[in-house]
Amino acid sequence: MTVTSLDALDRAIVAATQSGLPLTPTPYADVAAAVGCDEAEVITRLGRMLEAGVVRRIGAVPNHYRLGLSHNGMTVWDVDDAEVDRLGALIGALDFVTHCYRRPRALPDWPYNLFAMVHGRSRDEVEAKRAEIADLLGPAIRAADILYSTRILKKTGLRITG
Amino acid sequence: MRSAREPAVLDDIDRRIVNALQGGFPLVPRPYAAVAERLGLAEDELLARLDTLTASGVLSRFGPMFDAERFGGAVSLAAMAVPVDRFDAVAAVLDAMPEIAHNYERRHPLNMWFVIATETRAGIGAAQRVIEAKTGLKVLLFPKIREYFVGMRVEA
Repeated sequence: MTVTSLDALDRAIVAATQSGLPLTPTPYADVAAAVGCDEAEVITRLGRMLEAGVVRRIGAVPNHYRLGLSHNGMTVWDVDDAEVDRLGALIGALDFVTHCYRRPRALPDWPYNLFAMVHGRSRDEVEAKRAEIADLLGPAIRAADILYSTRILKKTGLRITG
Repeated sequence: MRSAREPAVLDDIDRRIVNALQGGFPLVPRPYAAVAERLGLAEDELLARLDTLTASGVLSRFGPMFDAERFGGAVSLAAMAVPVDRFDAVAAVLDAMPEIAHNYERRHPLNMWFVIATETRAGIGAAQRVIEAKTGLKVLLFPKIREYFVGMRVEA
């Protein structure tokens, strides 16, 4: 992972926007006023951070539960390490998968190396999505499970200090 | 947050806003005006609706999403098998640690799944040791090796 070097002004912009952009007609000018630079500087720097991947995207972050997507299942799969990148790309491309990662196994407790998160309005909807993933993986599946979340114990945003 | 797990009542305009704005917010001086025009709305109506959607928790935020690892920070998924009679006490230990960003109860022998986020790579192992010392339970770490997709394409 490339670490992008950010200067003090970049960090000030991050700190000023990580809880959200101002909901005003000129949000970038308002951020600029707060950090002490001009609007064009904020726009240029956010554009640069977007290009470098420091900013993943700018927009709305929906709360799944409030949209009625109250069921979430972490589907986990054990596939051959030699195949996991090809299969992960396939699963990650499904439009209903919100996160898809390769992670290490923790043997003997945990044999799975491919994780894909799915959400649904009902348990059936999540199961249907899981079945679709299973179809795509086909004979590559050596073992599989799904872990439903039963309770959110903590949820805070990531905090980066300015 | 008010009834954070209850589905919200959205009208068609709200749905269009949520679906259209999950990325690609323009970097121009009047970005809301630009988006409003695309959606056939007035700028002040879009702003008012975004205000309501964030205040009611339909949107947890509106703005840039940062990738902590690009700041030199580290993030790891982690899990523990917590005895049922100690579950709440262990959850409270994690709740008090600022390094823990999310924590979910899941139906599995590994029944507590959480995200550790720290400013340095060494911080992950340090947090793992703190949790193990405080709880006497083994913390399994599942840092990502490769990311195939991360994003939001939720249909409102």
